[in-house]
Amino acid sequence: MTKQVVTANRLRDGDVVYLAENGRWTPWLDEASVAETAAEAEAFMKIAEESEAACEVISIYGMPVEGERLEPVSTRERIRAKGPTTRTDLGKQAEPGFAKRA
Amino acid sequence: MTLVSREGVQEDPWVFVADDAALPEDGAVVVTLERWQRDGNALLARSGRLGICLRSDETAEALVEALGHFDLVALEFPQFKDGRPYSSARILRERYGYTGELRAVGDVLRDQLFFMLRCGFDSFELPDRANIQEWMQAFEEIGVVYQPASDGRRPVPGLRR
Amino acid sequence: MYQYDAYDHQLVRERVAQFRGQVVRRLKGDLTEEEFRPLRLMNGLYLQLHAYMLRVAVPYGTLSSEQLRMLAQIARKYDKGYGHFTTRQNIQYNWLNLEDVPDLLADLATVEMHAIQTSGNCIRNVTADQYAGVSADEIEDPRIYAEIIRQWSTLHPEFSFLPRKFKIAVTGAPKDRAAVRVHDIGLQMRRNEKGEAGFEVLVGGGLGRTPIIAKTIRPFLPKRDLLSYLEAVLRVYNQLGRRDNLHKARIKILVQSVGAERFTEMVEAEWQHLRDGALELPADTIAHIRAFFAAPAYETLEAEVPAFEAKRFEDRAFAEWCRTNLAPHKVPGYAIVNISLKATGEAPGDASAEQMETVADLAERHSFGELRVTHAQNLVLPHVKLADVFAVWQALAAAGLASANIGLITDTITCPGLDYCNLANARSIPVAQQISERFEALERQYDIGDLKIKISGCINACGHHHVGHIGLLGVDKKGEEFYQITLGGDAEEKASIGDIVGPAFAREKAVDAVETIVETYLAHRQNGERFLDTYRRLGLGPFKEQLYDAR
Repeated sequence: MTKQVVTANRLRDGDVVYLAENGRWTPWLDEASVAETAAEAEAFMKIAEESEAACEVISIYGMPVEGERLEPVSTRERIRAKGPTTRTDLGKQAEPGFAKRA
Repeated sequence: MTLVSREGVQEDPWVFVADDAALPEDGAVVVTLERWQRDGNALLARSGRLGICLRSDETAEALVEALGHFDLVALEFPQFKDGRPYSSARILRERYGYTGELRAVGDVLRDQLFFMLRCGFDSFELPDRANIQEWMQAFEEIGVVYQPASDGRRPVPGLRR
Repeated sequence: MYQYDAYDHQLVRERVAQFRGQVVRRLKGDLTEEEFRPLRLMNGLYLQLHAYMLRVAVPYGTLSSEQLRMLAQIARKYDKGYGHFTTRQNIQYNWLNLEDVPDLLADLATVEMHAIQTSGNCIRNVTADQYAGVSADEIEDPRIYAEIIRQWSTLHPEFSFLPRKFKIAVTGAPKDRAAVRVHDIGLQMRRNEKGEAGFEVLVGGGLGRTPIIAKTIRPFLPKRDLLSYLEAVLRVYNQLGRRDNLHKARIKILVQSVGAERFTEMVEAEWQHLRDGALELPADTIAHIRAFFAAPAYETLEAEVPAFEAKRFEDRAFAEWCRTNLAPHKVPGYAIVNISLKATGEAPGDASAEQMETVADLAERHSFGELRVTHAQNLVLPHVKLADVFAVWQALAAAGLASANIGLITDTITCPGLDYCNLANARSIPVAQQISERFEALERQYDIGDLKIKISGCINACGHHHVGHIGLLGVDKKGEEFYQITLGGDAEEKASIGDIVGPAFAREKAVDAVETIVETYLAHRQNGERFLDTYRRLGLGPFKEQLYDAR
């Protein structure tokens, strides 16, 4: 199984977030909890579903990551993690601290 | 289920009878179109009032001949997104002049109540989780209307003349 | 332009309060996302890739200076300092918080604007021709009827849960600048034998997965029957449109499946019940609305303006801009000024808050306070004195708004694509930017002439690629971005859907392919043919050959 993280959008501001430890949602992909087995993936999804039911997040789903630095596999998720490719002054890629994490 | 009208919570004397269930001897019963088409004579022979429930894919036209027999027409919203009963309601009221109770059943949610009222529904079966008083505020939320419908409200263009 | 009265103000105020209540209930959990989603969509609010996106309605593309200033302010206050003008003449903000949206809508309401029904399975913004009211070829200003339809369709209780979205466009001139033939309902103003103005009614056009040109179901409809007839079409659709399959739910599928003739019969039968009743459109209602679209206080001027001509002669850059960006105005001494939002390297259709304010000021000083949004994602100042055009151009140039490319190859229509949109399979903006860079040289663009490139990042075709002279459709092939190219589409009176030229091109090759297509056209054109004419004469053959065989 490819490694997976759980991603969603925060309900109140629509921000892209990833499931980290203890049910915490983080805007930074490098802080996400990585599932390496199907059982782990399922457990993470359950936590995410509870959070969705508690009106914290919407649009939850599992997202494959690859490589040492756990990059998203798809172009779509790379753009979601960073921001629009046509405006590098906008989105997460423009936030202080992003450069350190990349 | 709680039955409400514009005035508030209502007692519900109507019993929805399943297609394969025996008809009660008396009392107000609601049956499906299919049952009506099958058992019409038996239904008319009873002493109680008669109501009919249409699915969203059944048209108002199917009732045009028999409409005088019904004191209640229920239109079912299988999901709130299925907008067909709005058209059926208006046709019943505006084309066929139906004056009996027109009830919204099924997936009836707060944010559609205003539209349902305008289309001629006068009673609504709300789910148990409904906060009744709060939901009924939906009827009053919009005070201007821009098109004629079944509620007789004067639309804005008419008010301007 | 239309001015709200007390009723209109009340409606938007109540709508804001209603939505505010819905947001509160959603955040508390009294509404699930499934229940909330159609409600927020009916207020134009989407969840996109990076944040919430709001689509604000610009009815038939007409804005006042004051409204545009508010749109700029909103960009600053709630978003990241810019907005995006769309192919339905609306504006979108990409970076919103759900919690801010009720306040944003309240701000919009102070300038008679809203986001009602800009999404959802309901009747959307009614679009019209961007030269409405100022073009000599017009029968009547279509915005009068667009406004009447807008009001009738607002919070229509029967048609708020249609099988799918519903888009109406109106054009007042024989030249169709509103793409009516690819709308669910297109209304083309016509005159009958008695010279009376009315509408040709076309139904079932659309792009997306199944592009179809609309069919005429009524060659002439008198004005008084407009609303009752529309209601008949909508009712037939509401009752019979498919609800089992999202991709087959538009009215175009219904018309195609029963056939135009049978569909017309059904509408006419329904209409017999509705005509001459409560929906009859009285002459005084039309007159009431028409008064809002009366001509502004034009001065009486000479058609020839020597000062303007002199500047054109002296200043080469100005002359180049005039030849593409000015359109003839029906009143002597005036011009229609087109403002290109397609500068080299910029995202097509985007405008910064500062640019919006520049345009608002220019509209106030030089265009009776009015501007337009076009479905090609540009802006228009509809009433500028020729004597003022040079000063306007200078101000535009200082703001990066003077690209001299209206209708030329770099004036692309481009959807936001995978950089912003949840539905996209590929990016579209970078392709548009590369095209604008590759073809930047103005003389080359001018020589190529009328060439409409339209780019969509997915099959939903918000970039109208099917009706581009050259259309590009972004697709995902095994995680890589590829672009399928179509040729010969057209959104005007002889509307046609483009033909697929062959296998898709990888991202790095797509703009080369466009250049090959252009070179092929230039090699074959005769007698000053446009690209579209050459294509219609020759077909795919020479283009396929150059793109695929001659390598």
